[in-house]
Amino acid sequence: MKDPAPRLGREVIAMRVAREFRDGEVVNLGIGIPTLCSDFVPPGVQLMYHSESGLLNCGPLADEGEGDVDLINAGGQFLSPIPGMAYFDSAEAFAMIRGGHIDVTALGALQVSASGDLANWFLPARGVGNVGGAMDLAAGAKRVIVAMEHNGRDGTPKIVPECSYPLTGKGCVSLIVTDIAVIEVLPGGAGLQLIEHAPGWDAASIKSQTEAVLTVSPDLAEITLV
Amino acid sequence: MPIDKTVSNFEEAVADISDGSVVMIGGFGGAGGMPHLLMLALRDQGARNLTIIGNTAGIAAPTGFGWPDGVEPIDHAVLIENGQIAKVIASFPVSGSVSRPNAFEAGFRAGKIELELVPQGTLAERMRAAGAGIAAFYTPTAAGTMLADGKESRMFDGREYVLEQALHADFALIRARSADTLGNLAYAGTSRTFNPPMAAAAKVTVAEVDEIVEPGGIDPDRVDTPSIYVQRIVARPPASEGGVMLP
Repeated sequence: MKDPAPRLGREVIAMRVAREFRDGEVVNLGIGIPTLCSDFVPPGVQLMYHSESGLLNCGPLADEGEGDVDLINAGGQFLSPIPGMAYFDSAEAFAMIRGGHIDVTALGALQVSASGDLANWFLPARGVGNVGGAMDLAAGAKRVIVAMEHNGRDGTPKIVPECSYPLTGKGCVSLIVTDIAVIEVLPGGAGLQLIEHAPGWDAASIKSQTEAVLTVSPDLAEITLV
Repeated sequence: MPIDKTVSNFEEAVADISDGSVVMIGGFGGAGGMPHLLMLALRDQGARNLTIIGNTAGIAAPTGFGWPDGVEPIDHAVLIENGQIAKVIASFPVSGSVSRPNAFEAGFRAGKIELELVPQGTLAERMRAAGAGIAAFYTPTAAGTMLADGKESRMFDGREYVLEQALHADFALIRARSADTLGNLAYAGTSRTFNPPMAAAAKVTVAEVDEIVEPGGIDPDRVDTPSIYVQRIVARPPASEGGVMLP
């Protein structure tokens, strides 16, 4: 089926995710679209970034050539320092994650299921993969937001009744933000509810790109970014 | 006689690592916190059939992960390409780029290297448990996933937890900024990562450091790894020595 309107860009997905962050929250951003979220934090919202590299609070990415090998994020990128940072080792970095001290994490995904199962670490075609901190974040963060394209590059729906790729975590996702929709995972395995649509997309056109059953919120609205 | 854990050179620091040893290698994956010269010394020493434990199995060489531009990364590939590694225990073993595989992935695909994949937080906590005398612990991480296959699990307060066992090693090769001669260590920035839990989890911990100072040279309030966990310390030469550019 032909798209009724253009899909949102990666930056716009990140912008919508960033609207979920509340002032003072501790946030862990995964690699990919989630990393872009830090560019779109609403004015008046101050976040505390946590990284698996053993870091709480940090400045933006370091300028080209200014990198310090002792100040990196979990993606191996160099950061700039700011006042009020804290450093710690990996055991403590993950105690923070599993211990429920991270308010929200945004992660990329290969698939999300109707019950909020997340698959984002293993591509069966490669036969070997990196789990990194994904399973710890899925299990430990208070809120898991998935930021991803609604369909794979070949058009395959990524929101599915059951994940066919190996799981990262069961029932851990709260919200899915894609390039055509915002979908809430209802608590207690009650399924998925469409709450926002991209401009030019209606519920029927979004459902046609989604393999899992979607209910439609009575308050369905166009995605708002500010 | 005053205690002094200083070893005069890298060759001596790794001389007794024997074939079949289990060796932890510190760091996160980039240049910081990684014991580059200990890895090169272990390559030259030649022990084989090793199990190495670390966050990665060497991801910097193909992608430059965490390395400054213009510096050739040194990582676990020096040991893997030398045929010394039989098994890897890691959370992030392969290159982040599918099109630029690392030496580990080639060895894994050829059936030459075994892999035990462990979630990053579970890996750190298994080391912490080993160093703290805890045989095993229940964690919610990986419950319901293939990384929990074959492991005991148990419900607590309505939630599933997986039983994970302590992870010990014969040696830990770690990296710190400073050591005093007693073996107290201080790190820099995000270069702590797996180094502190590894120091406690291994029978023999060897710390590669930028500087060795006299006792008192590190403020006791700023000691990150207390000397009880450190058996040997060895100082790096200045960055441009030995024909190797080092960050």
